[in-house]
Amino acid sequence: MPEWPLWEVFVRPRRGLSHTHVGSLHAPDAALALRNARDLFTRRQEGVSIWVVPAAAITASSPDEKDSFFDPAADKVYRHPTFYEVPDGVQHL
Amino acid sequence: MSGFEFVLGLGDDALVAAQRLAQWCARAPELEEDVALANIALDQLGAARLLLGYAGELEGEGRDEDALAYLRTDREYRNVLLVELPDRDFAVLMAKLLFLSAWQRLRYEDLAAGDDERLAGIAAKAVKESAYHLDHSALWTVRLGDGTDESHARMQRAVDEVWPYTHELLAEAPHLRANWLSTVDGVLAEATLRRPDDGWRPGGGRDGRHTEALSYLLAEMQVLHRAYPGARW
Repeated sequence: MPEWPLWEVFVRPRRGLSHTHVGSLHAPDAALALRNARDLFTRRQEGVSIWVVPAAAITASSPDEKDSFFDPAADKVYRHPTFYEVPDGVQHL
Repeated sequence: MSGFEFVLGLGDDALVAAQRLAQWCARAPELEEDVALANIALDQLGAARLLLGYAGELEGEGRDEDALAYLRTDREYRNVLLVELPDRDFAVLMAKLLFLSAWQRLRYEDLAAGDDERLAGIAAKAVKESAYHLDHSALWTVRLGDGTDESHARMQRAVDEVWPYTHELLAEAPHLRANWLSTVDGVLAEATLRRPDDGWRPGGGRDGRHTEALSYLLAEMQVLHRAYPGARW
């Protein structure tokens, strides 16, 4: 039997918070993926809303590209708003 | 106030259904379905415990839920035959769960609005669970019925096999029959399955006359308690 496709599961713990990735599961289609997610990840009242996304639909950054993707941000303190001093007398900033 | 036998019947339906469902643990097509079926089994067991506990109080002879579950023979069980039928394959399991949960949902809804407050409380809790069991079994019935030639043939055969046993279920509350039929018909139609003609109407479960399948099920369920009375984890 061919294996069921993989789905990534996102759960929103309560109203006002964002959906957070909680894990993955196998299911033959979206409707059953949602039910499986309910049974696997919200048995103990962990959430009020669930998203399931086909894992194949997610494009992820590669660990090999870690240096070129993320390291350049390390020494660019001017990207943080706290780098800039606000001149005295500026009213509409 | 409800009668002992009546509440016992409801509890036995749930208990035997739970035991059958639990037998799928580690045997479902995928791990995820294992968990889903175990969840449903535990829902049924939870309802069974409350119902049997209440039945024991109504009887007033000091039997608790364990005494009723572990120390009765098949002849003393009052469940309908449908729940004890062996699950020859996954399609039979789903046909049984579809018919049972469609029925339990209506039945519990009805009882939740009834005069017996204790029973109404138990039913109000169980009705939400039944709705989920119905959803799960309906989804699978549609996928198997409207799936491949092989899955369609096996789902139809399962529906044909189990259908006669639904009469015993419905006989108890005929006023819910039309509603049950419309739920089940909707699922069967979406699944491109044919509703079988009414013919043979096996029954007798409520009087303690069961198929041999129940004896094997009870033997497995009761063996530990009978060998080591009062054993605890």
